[in-house]
Amino acid sequence: MTLALIAALPFLGALLPGLAIRAGRTACATLTGAVTATALLLLALEAPAVLSGETVTTRIDWLPALGLNANFRLDGLGLLFAGLILGIGLLIILYARFYLSKSDPMGVFFTYLMLFQGAMVGIVLSDNILLLLIFWELTSLSSFLLIGYWKHLAEGRQGARMALAVTGGGGLALIAGMLILGNIAGSYDLSVILTQKEAIQSSDWYLPALILILLGCFTKSAQFPFHFWLPHAMAAPTPVSAYLHSATMVKAGIFLMARLWPVLAGTPEWFWIVTTTGLITLLIGAKIAFFKDDLKALLAFSTVSHLGLITMLLGMGTAKAATVAIFHILNHATFKAALFMTAGIVDHETHTRDLRRLGGLRHRMPVTFTIALIASLSMAGLPPFNGFLSKEMMLEEAAHTSLGPAWLLPLLATVAALWSVAYSFRFLSHAFLGPKRCDIPHPPQDPGFGLWAAPALLALLVILIGLAPMTTAAWLVDSAATATIGATTEAYITHWHGLGSPALWMSLAAIGGGFALLAGFPRLRALWDATPKPEAKRLFDATIAPLAAAARTITRTLHDGALTRAIAIGTAAIAATAAYAFATATHAPGTRPPLPVQTVPVIAWLLLMAATLGVALLHRNRLLALLLTGIIGLITSLAFAWLSAPDLALTQITVEVVTVILMLLALNFLPKETPRESTAPRRTRDAVIAIAAGTGIGALAYAIMTRDFAFPPISAYHLAQSKPGAGGTNAVNTIIVDFRGYDTFGEIIVLGIAALLIYALADQLLNPGPANDRLRGLLPNRDRAGDRHPLLMVMATRFLLPLALMIGVFLYLRGHNLPGGGFVAGLVVAIAIVLQYMASGLAWSEARQRIDHHALIAAGILIAAGAGVGAWAFGARFLSSSYTYVTIWPFETFELATAAIFDLGVFFCVLGAVLLTLNTLSRLARRAGETRSDDPYSIDPPPAPPQEAR
Amino acid sequence: MEALIATAIGALTASGLYLMLRQRTFPLILGLTLISYAVNLFLFASGRLVTGLPAIIAKDAPGYTDPLPQALVLTAIVISFGMTAVIVLMSLGAWLSGGHDRTDMDEAE
Repeated sequence: MTLALIAALPFLGALLPGLAIRAGRTACATLTGAVTATALLLLALEAPAVLSGETVTTRIDWLPALGLNANFRLDGLGLLFAGLILGIGLLIILYARFYLSKSDPMGVFFTYLMLFQGAMVGIVLSDNILLLLIFWELTSLSSFLLIGYWKHLAEGRQGARMALAVTGGGGLALIAGMLILGNIAGSYDLSVILTQKEAIQSSDWYLPALILILLGCFTKSAQFPFHFWLPHAMAAPTPVSAYLHSATMVKAGIFLMARLWPVLAGTPEWFWIVTTTGLITLLIGAKIAFFKDDLKALLAFSTVSHLGLITMLLGMGTAKAATVAIFHILNHATFKAALFMTAGIVDHETHTRDLRRLGGLRHRMPVTFTIALIASLSMAGLPPFNGFLSKEMMLEEAAHTSLGPAWLLPLLATVAALWSVAYSFRFLSHAFLGPKRCDIPHPPQDPGFGLWAAPALLALLVILIGLAPMTTAAWLVDSAATATIGATTEAYITHWHGLGSPALWMSLAAIGGGFALLAGFPRLRALWDATPKPEAKRLFDATIAPLAAAARTITRTLHDGALTRAIAIGTAAIAATAAYAFATATHAPGTRPPLPVQTVPVIAWLLLMAATLGVALLHRNRLLALLLTGIIGLITSLAFAWLSAPDLALTQITVEVVTVILMLLALNFLPKETPRESTAPRRTRDAVIAIAAGTGIGALAYAIMTRDFAFPPISAYHLAQSKPGAGGTNAVNTIIVDFRGYDTFGEIIVLGIAALLIYALADQLLNPGPANDRLRGLLPNRDRAGDRHPLLMVMATRFLLPLALMIGVFLYLRGHNLPGGGFVAGLVVAIAIVLQYMASGLAWSEARQRIDHHALIAAGILIAAGAGVGAWAFGARFLSSSYTYVTIWPFETFELATAAIFDLGVFFCVLGAVLLTLNTLSRLARRAGETRSDDPYSIDPPPAPPQEAR
Repeated sequence: MEALIATAIGALTASGLYLMLRQRTFPLILGLTLISYAVNLFLFASGRLVTGLPAIIAKDAPGYTDPLPQALVLTAIVISFGMTAVIVLMSLGAWLSGGHDRTDMDEAE
């Protein structure tokens, strides 16, 4: 379970910052950090087992039929990555706490960050590749949110969109590739896939799968020609850049290549595609980085270049090269995160990241300078720092690998190393060295401890790994490399490979050349500016623009903001599709014998058809249309009663009453007439669409009714089990409260939410504003009946109330065995109470109302939930029911069922929801000037006070 | 009888759709109400029509009607009341705060 918990913790933690931010920024950051720290701690507890060679697994069946299971695994590779993600994540949280300004919403930031962290941890811990794909897509989505965090910046939004389009598009390719891979291997679990090397590499589908998977990896890890999104993602706040581009997002592609290395690597296809791509990316990234003036852009391209380096090493396909790749992943994460943070500090303190405007910062920012010095020397590959170690090993590997002519790869690797020395030194010298400058936008100084603590710690790691690699890093690299390669390996990391080592001479050449390049920077720069270069963003925009324009045209045509147009298009499309399907298939007439036609139903049918036609024709007179609708509802309930559905008939007729009352109350505020707006052709068009759809539905209903069931319906089970299983003889009710109790539970919750929503909407209208003003000026002159509360009606309803309540209780009690139940009972009682409102006035009724409507809804849902949870106490599942028979002399034997408790919840919820809804409309009426009458028999309008004699 | 129910369902759908295609909120609400009658009848009819057969278990019952569509439609009726109420209030809100009850967005908006 621990692994699932580690992956879940950041997601759970994502809920906290939004709440914690109310307690202040430090509390928010602390809490977020605590969650990450907990996950890191859990990981550390698993580490000893992993380092001793075990693979820790957690298996949770999710959708086993699809092969999608929440299976997690932790081996050396996962440990290295998860450690980096959580460890650097912790530092980023600390850094971000001090980096973000007061105007940046920190809670949102940390929520996004935790979502991203969870997705990344999920990727590296997944054993199931379908699960991995889900997390993979989640990283694309959450990084989109992070990159576009500064929503007010156009570059931020564009950068985020570009990153999403590129990595998301690659993600689609990856899905296809992984599905092919899973199909070849016969399982979606990595633990199985990783053992299927022969089967996979000999499959005809190997190359398509490889290309698709690599597309996913290359887009994510910004490999040429997809590298262009990464620099544009620099519009994000620096903590995001530091996190995404050192240890996480861009390493996901690398991780996947390493993860699948045992089954994909070693073939010529793999070697050529991966090594070449890596090499090109390495060279291009390094060269462009050298010419970038923006600190973060320089670092971004250097990241592209280093990712290329790692990709190239993985591509070589030898165990030794893969080990170097793993070691460099660790080193790059440490020095690059530190460098991004330093760039952020410079930006934060001087308000610029432009190298042309910076210089001499070492005098004013000694601490920042020290960190930058260590990290950038490591990036340049100078001894004794950790970057030197992995670069030497890389050069050593390159020297022994031939890509075409034997001299080509070593030469190009040396050239790349040379450029990386050059850009590292440029970063250092143009920002920090040189004379003190007075024209920096904001006088620089070292920031507080909070901001430099995180990069300082990373710089310390850079030194420690650099000085004593065998003690500080070799064990982790060994473990991760063993997991990557699938065979035990031990790295031998050393500073000195001997004079005979080609790496030494390549390194020396690179350092010398790097210095030479830096010295010639002004002239090289002029040359660079003069050469035309493809502008990636313009190309990208040019590709996207026509697509976006096409999408916009289609959307605007189909959905121009007119609801009627959308409905018409939708209906016509469905009707046309159905007509096509009908016309292209063969049909036989139904064989089920129809029921005989009888006189009374025909009369009812005639009434219904007349009323239906009447509503359509006379709808502009709204009151009349409403009355006709009421008639239709009544006939519908009669139809239910006629067709053996007494429960439905009861429900329909009671709902009809409250619906009509509701609409009458609403019509009180609305115009009483609908103006004639549409032209005759338009009305004809609408009628044609409506009649086509109606004919289709009617014909479909007829076709269904005149045929027998294609499969035996499951109702037989419900009928058979109603009495013995649920203890009730009313099968409809036992389905509602027992067999499908979960459905009903959801439905009463929806009903409760609807009522609360209505209440909230009305509250909004009653706030000061145009709606409130219009309400106030609405009602005054209106013809009214003289007696506001007719005596006869008042008396009659009061006599009726106890009777109606008793009928409600009766319907509820008998519901389990005979037509009735909580729904109907709730509606009947609601109507009885609404009658009191209508007859005796709101004030009179409210004065006698003891229980709040909201409380009724809540009580209903809680009672129903209680009936469900209660089953747990007896070891049964949620909403399992039980019943028994009780005899109390002198009564007949009766049944006690827990389902009745559930039905009581339904009853209360329905009652509360209906009353709250109708009461809300009365609140609006009162604001509209409806007076309160505390006297139950008041005359309306109140008699004028006696006039004074003139 | 089947033909009667089928034509009723068809007429209710057609009338309801026609009302929904009018550009004001009140006809829209009435149209939705008519369509929910039609849908409920349709769902109910999918259990096939029977007369005089109970859904109540008894020893001497001549046979049973299909209880499952009934149970589904019963909750659907109540839920559609809740949804109608929400739309009613939304249309009231639109009328009161916007000053008109048109359902289509204006060109300018």
